[in-house]
Amino acid sequence: MIPEIGHFALVLAFGVSICLAVFPLYGYLTNQNGFCATAKPLALLQGLALAVSFGVLMYGFLAHDFSIKYVADNSNLDLPWYFRMSAVWGAHEGSLLLWALILGFWGVAVALFSRGIPDHMSALVLSVMGMIGVGFLAFMLFTSNPFVRILPFAPGNGADLNPLLQDPGLIFHPPMLYMGYVGLSVAFAFAMASLISGKLDATWARWSRPWTTVAWAFLTLGIALGSWWAYYELGWGGWWFWDPVENASLIPWLVATALMHSLAVTEKRGLFRSWTLLLAIAGFSLSLLGTFLVRSGVLNSVHAFANDPERGVFILGFLIVVIGGSLTLYALRASKVSEPGEFGWISRESFLLFNNLVLTVMAVSVLLGTLYPLFVDAIGGGKVSVGPPFFNAVFVPLTAILVSGMAFGPLAKWRQSDDPKLYRPLIVTLIVSVVVGLVWPSIVGGAYSIATAVGVTLALWIAIATGLDVVRKIAVYGGISATFSRIEKGTIGMWLAHFGVGVMIFGVVMVENHTEHRDVRMGVGDSQRLGSYNVRMTDLAVINGPNYVADQATFQIYQAETLYKTVTPQKRRYNASGMVMTESAIDSGFTRDLYIAMGEPLGEGDWAVRLSVKPFVDWIWAGAFLMGLGGFVSITDKRYRKRIKEEKSEAAVEGATA
Amino acid sequence: MNPKRKQRLFIILGLVSGLGVAVGLVMYALSQNINLFFTPSQIAKGEAPSAQMIRVGGMVADGTVERDPQSLKVAFDVTDFDHNVRVTYEGILPDLFREGQGVVVQGRINQGQFVASEVLAKHDENYMPPEVTEALRQSGKLDQMMGGQKQ
Repeated sequence: MIPEIGHFALVLAFGVSICLAVFPLYGYLTNQNGFCATAKPLALLQGLALAVSFGVLMYGFLAHDFSIKYVADNSNLDLPWYFRMSAVWGAHEGSLLLWALILGFWGVAVALFSRGIPDHMSALVLSVMGMIGVGFLAFMLFTSNPFVRILPFAPGNGADLNPLLQDPGLIFHPPMLYMGYVGLSVAFAFAMASLISGKLDATWARWSRPWTTVAWAFLTLGIALGSWWAYYELGWGGWWFWDPVENASLIPWLVATALMHSLAVTEKRGLFRSWTLLLAIAGFSLSLLGTFLVRSGVLNSVHAFANDPERGVFILGFLIVVIGGSLTLYALRASKVSEPGEFGWISRESFLLFNNLVLTVMAVSVLLGTLYPLFVDAIGGGKVSVGPPFFNAVFVPLTAILVSGMAFGPLAKWRQSDDPKLYRPLIVTLIVSVVVGLVWPSIVGGAYSIATAVGVTLALWIAIATGLDVVRKIAVYGGISATFSRIEKGTIGMWLAHFGVGVMIFGVVMVENHTEHRDVRMGVGDSQRLGSYNVRMTDLAVINGPNYVADQATFQIYQAETLYKTVTPQKRRYNASGMVMTESAIDSGFTRDLYIAMGEPLGEGDWAVRLSVKPFVDWIWAGAFLMGLGGFVSITDKRYRKRIKEEKSEAAVEGATA
Repeated sequence: MNPKRKQRLFIILGLVSGLGVAVGLVMYALSQNINLFFTPSQIAKGEAPSAQMIRVGGMVADGTVERDPQSLKVAFDVTDFDHNVRVTYEGILPDLFREGQGVVVQGRINQGQFVASEVLAKHDENYMPPEVTEALRQSGKLDQMMGGQKQ
């Protein structure tokens, strides 16, 4: 009975989303405020229905209701409760339900936090989000219903969750990522609403800017969590594989990053309007494309679980409607977008334009590399794959170009900024970063690495430039507390994020160029050198876990002659599925991770063992965390909470000064 | 032309030429870095180039996995049930590597043997890499495999 409630709630949410898509739009077009006013209650109802539906599925997992096919396929009596909760989004149907739930959540958030926006605008925004809801919920109900039952003979036990997903990383990675993916739908909805209404002034940029920033922050954290999960769970110590599905999240991230920066220009100066609209459309379309690539199984990827191509056709159709519809509307209305004002060749606008150009090229090249195999296959060119060498060859130089420009933007003034004095701090930055960058590889030791020198120079370049900008602002405002209480929160967010880029680049450069890595054969009593440590295998044992049996090796790590640490990597065999999983042992540190993983038994009690020292690897995720944190700090700015009245008086002032 | 239009023209020209150059470089990089896929039968017929990085997909033939007792060297046959390719590899094999399972190997042909630099087996036992499906379809052995393999 209870699963039917979940199913019913899902159908209800579908019905509500149809109403949400139709009524407010009708109300807007016919100028009937009564219809417009339905938007917020409908958005709340849709969110509630989806929450009930999601709650029921989670209850099904917690209560071992194997009469639900999805539960039977992805859970097991032995599965610990926390993995039964995350198993809700461990496979196709449930992860779509999570997607829909998060869409409902964003709808509720817009309904609750849009008091500063005229009612007819928020009605249009929610209507567009309702349309997206219709598409996704139809997809779920018709092709991927998570509440399909196995009745009357429900199995006594389930098939178990894919062991790879039985990991704390998976509890947080998909919800974070989806908060970002789906959050971009808000920016998309705002862009659509402004195109429908024809009100293409700069105010919509201010409205949609916090939503875009928060979605970007979630996306950043989601991608970082995914990378971290891959690092210790499936990657044999790698942190990024240029896997199509990773790319599918990176492409919208790059576009969202560009959008965030171009929104700044649109909000502050009223420029780049049509370009910003286009980016908002592209950002969400690409996140839908990402969903399509993951869910259709058209790409050969580590994320491609057994898939159903027919579902892909549905998403592809949806994708065509969304992209086609939004671009048609854009084509009809974009010519009406005026671009008042001018900017100098050297100005903050021009640096942000440069940022957008490079980020767009990055996104396009990753997209080309990801879709190229599909394209070649479609024209009968056979099966090809595009691997990391391509992506590295393209992405690394573009990143270097982007980062070189990053230090200039924050120093430059709007409109015209060709006074050389402004950029004086960069002379110091340049000297320090180049000198330290050139010396650094010698400090690290080993063969001198030019890649390291260049990479460290770039990391320092942006980090020092950001630091000097902070110092400069403190001098202007007179004191640290005065600065941080009076400055726009977006500036603090920008500092955090830009500094995070430097931290991340440093981590990437060190890991990619100075990882010590060996695969060796080891038995009990054998010792191996690992960096400045000595690793000895002291024991092999069989351990019984809740739902697996593991071979566990005990390694003692010695520094000089003293015992530094004892670690226990495992090779697990999960009872229900028979799948084998590697649980690596990682000793994380500020300057390096020690990574030990068991490969395979080689006979005579010996095991293949992977030993690595990964310098500064955690800086990659620390940098991403700083970026995400910067996003969240940015949206706390007071100006995003202004009421309509202030908005009007300010618009009058702006009109007077322009 | 007024200065504003002129600036916009320059910007658009700059964007278009920048994008054009970028796309050109990307396409060049692509052509240098794609890995073509071959089936074991194609390799047996000598259709695959040697000394170039390629991919081969198929099933790990039963009873062909041999390990070197001293090191991490391993050799096995990849088959599409018409022809076999002998693959040598040094390193740790993926967890789902097993005889009778689908596998994709990446590497180069060297004196009749395939020297793999990477062995990929997918992490869902019900999942068959599309390349392997393709290889088996080409050899006409897909249906017989599907009996024992859920897709």
